[in-house]
Amino acid sequence: MLLDFEQPIAALEGKLREMKKLAEDSQVDVSEAVKALEEKIKQLKKETYANLTRWQRVQLSRHADRPYTLDYIEGFTTKFIELHGDRNVRDDKSMVGGFGEIDGRTIMFIGQQKGRNTKQRQLRNFGMPNPEGYRKALRLMKMAEKFNKPIVTFIDTPGAFPGMEAEERGQGEAIARNLKEMFMLKVPVICIVIGEGASGGALGIAIGDRVFMLENTWYSVISPENCSTILWRSWDYKEQAADAMKVTAKDMLEFKLIDGIIKEPLGGAHTEPEKMINTLRKHILKTLDELEQIPAQERISQRIDNFSSMGVVQEL
Amino acid sequence: MSWFRRVEKGIVTPTEQKKETPDGLWYKCPECKTVTNTTEHKKNLYTCPKCDYHERINSAEYFEVIFDNNKFEELDSNLSSSDPLNFVDTKPYPKRIKATQEKTHLTDAVRTAHGQMNGLNLVVACMDFNFIGGSMGSVVGEKIARAIDFARQQKYPFLMISKSGGARMMEAGYSLMQMAKTSAKLALLAEEGIPYISLLTDPTTGGVTASFAMLGDFNIAEPGALIGFAGPRVIKETIGKELPKGFQSAEFVLEHGFLDFIVNRKELKQKLTDLLAMLRQPEEAPTKSAHTTQKKTIKA
Repeated sequence: MLLDFEQPIAALEGKLREMKKLAEDSQVDVSEAVKALEEKIKQLKKETYANLTRWQRVQLSRHADRPYTLDYIEGFTTKFIELHGDRNVRDDKSMVGGFGEIDGRTIMFIGQQKGRNTKQRQLRNFGMPNPEGYRKALRLMKMAEKFNKPIVTFIDTPGAFPGMEAEERGQGEAIARNLKEMFMLKVPVICIVIGEGASGGALGIAIGDRVFMLENTWYSVISPENCSTILWRSWDYKEQAADAMKVTAKDMLEFKLIDGIIKEPLGGAHTEPEKMINTLRKHILKTLDELEQIPAQERISQRIDNFSSMGVVQEL
Repeated sequence: MSWFRRVEKGIVTPTEQKKETPDGLWYKCPECKTVTNTTEHKKNLYTCPKCDYHERINSAEYFEVIFDNNKFEELDSNLSSSDPLNFVDTKPYPKRIKATQEKTHLTDAVRTAHGQMNGLNLVVACMDFNFIGGSMGSVVGEKIARAIDFARQQKYPFLMISKSGGARMMEAGYSLMQMAKTSAKLALLAEEGIPYISLLTDPTTGGVTASFAMLGDFNIAEPGALIGFAGPRVIKETIGKELPKGFQSAEFVLEHGFLDFIVNRKELKQKLTDLLAMLRQPEEAPTKSAHTTQKKTIKA
């Protein structure tokens, strides 16, 4: 799948492949031309990705080839044991989690999981958890706390599922409970937005000592499309809405609502998933080293103070 | 020809002589259509005398319902919204705020206060739905956070009266983080063992439901209130079916186990007093006034 701003690059890359093939078949020396074309592609990529609009980043964050939660976990860990169920209703497949091991260190990984094809998307409910998903996440967090293991959460959701059963089982209560409980967790918690961070459904697993966003992700109170329908009463103003709400990683860092941005490979996480996974793994380990230096009580107070300072008001 | 022909054609009374009932003398219940005198309706705490329909009311009325002799000290009334995003949709955000402030004579969508309820000290935060749909931006989050801090310092119980469509989109990311901030403060309040009562009124949805409104030691609601995370329209679009009658009503939410009880507005003050009195710790000597008023009301 190609996004519109990816097309000119893909076209040049196609040309490059053709040229190389031609060279092989005819044994004509095209190395100069190849070099020039490669340089041209690099330049175009740099320009394109340096000047992406907010809406284009939203599109990138949803790219179907991007690494998802389980891709990261499986990429990082030497061992991973997935754990299921909220011990109450059922196992929510849009929220995954379990203990994994990196460099001999045990970490509890939790995150929303999307699917790549129609069947998987249905199974994962498009990454939209029901209340049991949030309760499963909380159960696993409490378990990590019990065994004194740090927690890493991956946020990638278009929102908590707005269905009838979700309401019957208390979607609001489930998210609210997580917010409150996550503040009091005695172990280090790192939260990373790896794709879409939509509203309460994202926040429900995003209270931590450090919150990071990958470069081409978005995080806000509502999706640009839904904001557009509510404020402009039409789906067509999604680009304006993305700009008005300032939803990108850069914006969120400027507002001091997140702690940092993790760079993606040029062209986005999906162009070089392995590189992305490796960058993120290093980043997690480094951050955990920092956080483990801080005594638990202090970490909790800092976590609370940090979120309590968010917001801008004026005193009349 | 027919015998019912009009003798005079059309309306003949000149406009100046038209007789109209002045506005505001009567209240017609939207539920059972019973007409009540407005003074009577007010005395009934804005509930219908026939069918108990609870009309939406604002913080001013709730404070009057809760606080003894309507006496209270308002907290942080000087906080007003800023425009950190330079947000413009069909109207610039500061203009929207200003127009709403002028229309409602409120500074934002929540008011917080401290006072006494039947002699018991209480901190109350009450939302105003007529201020941009009771939406939660930085001011709402900050005022609630400070009210909780105040309750924690003074060791007074905290009552939150929610009435909100959810987050305020014009503050985007900031608005979302108010859910986190208020929940953090409630976690601290809970550690102190101070009671928190969350009263959900019509309507309570979105980010408010998914944070402080559902975190009470006691979650209670007014009859018939719409309570949910996703709004009914969104759910209808998702599932592509009509929603059953009474879906997301307070009664429905009680039935599914997320409320402790539903309380009629006329019984609210007494029931809260009784509940908080039961939670008092033995070492706290009850204040004299609390004791006497309570006795009186129980007798009455």
